[in-house]
Amino acid sequence: MYIRATGNISPQKTFGDVPFPAETVTYEGNRLNCITPDYKEIIDPKLIRRMSRVIKMGVASAMACLQEAGIDNPDAIITGTAYGCLEDTGVFLSKMVERGEELLTPTSFIQSTHNTIGAQVALLLHCNNYNNTFVNGGSSFESSLLDAQMLLQEGDAKNVLVGGIDEITDISHAILSRFGLYKQGPVSNLELYNNKAKGTIAGEGSAFFLLGSQASGSDLAKLDAVSTFYKPGSFAEVEQQIEAFLSAQNISMYDVSLVIAGNNGDAKNDEVYNYLEGSLFNYCNVIKYKYLCGEYPTSSAFALWYAAQMIRSKNNGAGEHTEKLKKVLIYNHYQNTYHSLILLSAC
Amino acid sequence: MSKTVFVAGAGVISGIGNNTAECLNALQNSRAGIGKIKYLATAHKDIFPVAEVKLSNDELAKLSGFGPDISRTAMLSLVAAREAKNSAGIENFASLRTGFISANTVGGMDKTEDFFAQFMARSTKGKLRNVVNHECGKVTELVADELGIRNYVSTVSTACSSSANAIMYGARLIKNNILDVVIAGGTDALTRFTLNGFNTLMILDNQYCQPFDANRRGLNLGEGAGYITLVSERVAAGLKTELLCTLSGYCNANDAYHQTASSPDGTGSFMAMEGALKMGGLKPSDIGYINLHGTGTQNNDNSEGTAIKRLFEPHYPKMSSTKSFTGHTLGASAGIEAVFSALSVQQGLIYPNLRFETKIEELPFAPETNFTKQAGLNHVLSNSFGFGGNCSSLLFSKLQA
Repeated sequence: MYIRATGNISPQKTFGDVPFPAETVTYEGNRLNCITPDYKEIIDPKLIRRMSRVIKMGVASAMACLQEAGIDNPDAIITGTAYGCLEDTGVFLSKMVERGEELLTPTSFIQSTHNTIGAQVALLLHCNNYNNTFVNGGSSFESSLLDAQMLLQEGDAKNVLVGGIDEITDISHAILSRFGLYKQGPVSNLELYNNKAKGTIAGEGSAFFLLGSQASGSDLAKLDAVSTFYKPGSFAEVEQQIEAFLSAQNISMYDVSLVIAGNNGDAKNDEVYNYLEGSLFNYCNVIKYKYLCGEYPTSSAFALWYAAQMIRSKNNGAGEHTEKLKKVLIYNHYQNTYHSLILLSAC
Repeated sequence: MSKTVFVAGAGVISGIGNNTAECLNALQNSRAGIGKIKYLATAHKDIFPVAEVKLSNDELAKLSGFGPDISRTAMLSLVAAREAKNSAGIENFASLRTGFISANTVGGMDKTEDFFAQFMARSTKGKLRNVVNHECGKVTELVADELGIRNYVSTVSTACSSSANAIMYGARLIKNNILDVVIAGGTDALTRFTLNGFNTLMILDNQYCQPFDANRRGLNLGEGAGYITLVSERVAAGLKTELLCTLSGYCNANDAYHQTASSPDGTGSFMAMEGALKMGGLKPSDIGYINLHGTGTQNNDNSEGTAIKRLFEPHYPKMSSTKSFTGHTLGASAGIEAVFSALSVQQGLIYPNLRFETKIEELPFAPETNFTKQAGLNHVLSNSFGFGGNCSSLLFSKLQA
C-alpha cells in the first residue's frame, strides 16, 4: 500500500504547508502539547464550538490529509486511540460526581465515545463506507493499519483513511504522573536521552494517512508491512520477531537504510533499544523520534509520518540529502506490552 | 487461505444466565433478566430497571478467577470467553496462531468512577489500582493473558456495534491467513457513567422495554459478555467437537446522519444488511430469522424497521429483539447476540420478542412473540447499530450437510 497524503497535528510544526524538517520546537517540562492550527480554516466554525480539543485535532488532521490526497469519500475510515476522548470523559465523570448523578447534559457523554472522531469525519463527508475504531493501548494505531492493509488486499477498498490519535488532559497527566511515568524536575525534550531521571515526557498527537492500494505517481512512500507482537519474554525474542518480520518481506537488516526507534528516555524502557543497537541494528543508522512528540500510546502514527517525510525528502536522518534511503524500519514498544514494526520503502 | 470461517464455540454471560445453557433456557421459557437495580451503586436505583448479571463482584471474582479489584468488565469477559474457548474443544490450541479480539465501550470505568470521587476531592487521593485498568485495551489484555492467547490481541470500540466489528475483524484475520483461531466478541459492565449518559439522552425506559412495539418508550440497559470461537477451514477439519455454523457474511457501513440518532430511512442499517447478504451470496428471501438490534427507542426501531422494509419487502423473515431479555448490553450486545444467532441457525430456534403488544403502524411486519423451533432455518442475520452511525450486520449460515 502507498501513502498518498498525511495530516499531522503534533507538538512540532508538522501541520500545513511547512518545511521538513522544520526547526525543532523545544519544551521545558514533562508535557508536550500539540501546536494547534486555526481550525476555522478547516472545519465549519459552527461545528468547532461543540468539539473538544482532541476531536478538533482529529477531524482537522483527517480533513487536511484527505484534501492533500484530493479524496472526498474514502472507501474506509479507521481510527486508533488508546484513551479516546479523555476530556469529554473527564467532564462527564466530574459533573456526575459533583452533582450526585443529577442535572447532567448529554454533550460530553455523546462525545466521550471512542469512535467520535471517526464518526465525525464520516458525518462531515457524508461517507457511508466502512468505519472502525481500535482502542488497544499501545497497538491501537497498528491494529488500524492492519485493518487498512487487509481491506486493500481484499479488494473492497482502493483508498483508506487511517489515523492515530491521543490527547493529554490535566486529569490524565495527573493520574499518569502518579504512576511514575514522567520525569520529575527540569527536563528539556532536546535533552531527553541525556536526562537520567526515571520516566519519560508525555506527548500527544493526531496523525492521519491516506493509504492507496495502487501507486499514484506522487506517493510519499510505500508502506510494505505492519506487525505487532505481544509481551515478548526476552530481548532475544524481540530480535527473533524483527528478523521474522523482515524475512517475511524477503529482506534482512542489510536492506534497511534507517531505523526509527521508539526510545523514550526512561532507562528501563530503553534497554531493549540499546540492546538492539549493539546487535541486530549494529550496522544501521538508528534515529529516535519521541524527543519531538513525547511518549503516548499512538506515537507510532507520528513515527510513520516522520518516516514518510524522510523518504519523500530523501533525508538520511542526520539532515543530509541522500539517494540511498530505500527502506526504513520503525520499531517501537509501549510499556513493553505491545511491540510494533512498520516497514516503508521509497517509491 | 481459508475461504470459509466456522463458528466452533460460543460463550455468554448476561442478565438471563451465566453461561450458554442458562441463557438458552431463559430464552426458551420467556424469562427476562430485567429488574430493579441490585448491584450497581447509583442514585437511579429505584427508577430504571436494568438487566444485571445476577452475581456480585465477589461472586464474579470467584467464578472468573480474577481478584475482586479487577474491573467487572474483565470478569464478565473472562467467564464468557473461557466458555467460548473450552466449548470449541481445540486440542492443539497452544500450537495454533490464536487471537483474542474483544470489544467494549468504557473499559474499566466501573472502577474509575469509584476512584474519581476521591480523586476529585484531592488529586493525590484515590487508589491507583482502580484506574490502572481504565483503558478499554487493558480489559482485553487481562483476559487474553488468562486465556493464554499471545499471537494477536486487539480491542474494538464503535459504541453499540463494537463486538460485531470485533467478530468481523477476527474473521478477516483468519481469511487473510494471519491467524488460525480467533475468540471474538465483546463485554461491558453496567456503570454509573453509561446509565447517567443514556439518561441525559432521555432514551431509558423506566418500565420494562418493548422493542418494536408502537408504544415503546426507550431501552433498558444490561451488562454481560458474549464471544464466539472462529476457526479456519483447516482447524475446523481437525475438530472432534461439532461446529455450530459458518459466519457466511458481514458488513460494516456508516449511517453518516447524526452522532447519536439514526437516519429515518435507515441508510446505514440497510447498507449493512445488504452488504452481509451480498457477501453470503444470498437473496433477502433466504434469511429465516433476524436478531434485531431492536433497542426499544423510537428512533432505532423506526430506522431499523424502515431499512428491513426496504430490503425484504414482500418476504419478511421471522424476527425478534433479544434485548427484551438481556437489556441493551452496549459493547457486548453484538457478541451476546452472535451467540444467540449461531445457536438459532444451528438448532433452528426462533426467540420471542417479549412484551410485544401493538404493531408499529408504518411497518408491515411484527416481531415473533413465542419461542418456536423451525425446520429448514438456514440463514440468520444479526444487526447491531451504534452511536456515530456505526452499523454492522453479521450473517450466520447452517453447515452444509
